[in-house]
Amino acid sequence: MKARVIVTLKNGVLDPQGKAIEGALSSMGHDGVEQVRQGKVFDIELDDAGADPEAKVKAMCEALLANTVIETYSIEIQG
Amino acid sequence: MRAVVILVPGLNRDRDMLAALELVSGHAPQTAWATDTSLPDCDLIVVPGGFSYGDYLRCGAIAARLPVMREVAAAAARGVPVLGVCNGFQILIEAGLLPGALMRNASLRFVCRQVQLQVTNADTRFTRQYELGQVISCPVAHHDGNYFAEADELAALNDRGGVAFRYANGTNPNGSVEDIAAITNVMGNVMGMMPHPENLVEPLHGGTDGRLLFESALSQVA
Repeated sequence: MKARVIVTLKNGVLDPQGKAIEGALSSMGHDGVEQVRQGKVFDIELDDAGADPEAKVKAMCEALLANTVIETYSIEIQG
Repeated sequence: MRAVVILVPGLNRDRDMLAALELVSGHAPQTAWATDTSLPDCDLIVVPGGFSYGDYLRCGAIAARLPVMREVAAAAARGVPVLGVCNGFQILIEAGLLPGALMRNASLRFVCRQVQLQVTNADTRFTRQYELGQVISCPVAHHDGNYFAEADELAALNDRGGVAFRYANGTNPNGSVEDIAAITNVMGNVMGMMPHPENLVEPLHGGTDGRLLFESALSQVA
């Protein structure tokens, strides 16, 4: 079973890297970019997902993958 | 006067820290390794700076979950003073021993320079040998020192005098909220700071104002 975790900065937390990318896109002539926020993607392969794979991956997010002071995460179980 | 310095793969300020502690205390500190499951008896634990685990995932995130850090957390809960400098600060935050987060510098640049630090609480066990309001010049060297806390956390931090040092005179090098350079925990026995007091203990460093921090931490006065 595979799980994909997407970690992004919470709304309101300054994302200077996103800002720099936003500026680069504009300077390259890509119009219409209102905002860029940078995040991280984790692809996790589970050999034993147990009865509740989402709960298992959520525990991993809370324990390590995300810093919940500044980041939020979403989990996609891919079967 | 018994200090323990925590050693983790990727740290590189450990030798400076060991030298500074020996210089100030007159005793060679002990060390504890990443995978150790017990600590020597000690009066001070120091987590030095560097780039533990290559700053993978988030600065300090991997190191914070090492066996030795469980021992540091247990010692901190018993009231043993714990100081984290630079990556050590990041590790203490990731370990949940200090509130908030340290983010990429607002400039996106690694900064290595002298900054001005103002003592904003001279009653902590790490700053009690300084004068309140005293300004010292201290080096910083980091890429992720931009302190952030939610508004309510920040208010609580200020209310309890949890900010020990702030960057002064417009020298905030990283965009830290309210110029925060060093914070303590609720019990007051854990402090994290981005600047490097261990590089401010000999005249050749350009000053010795960092000594007072170690003397404060190592003095037996409760």
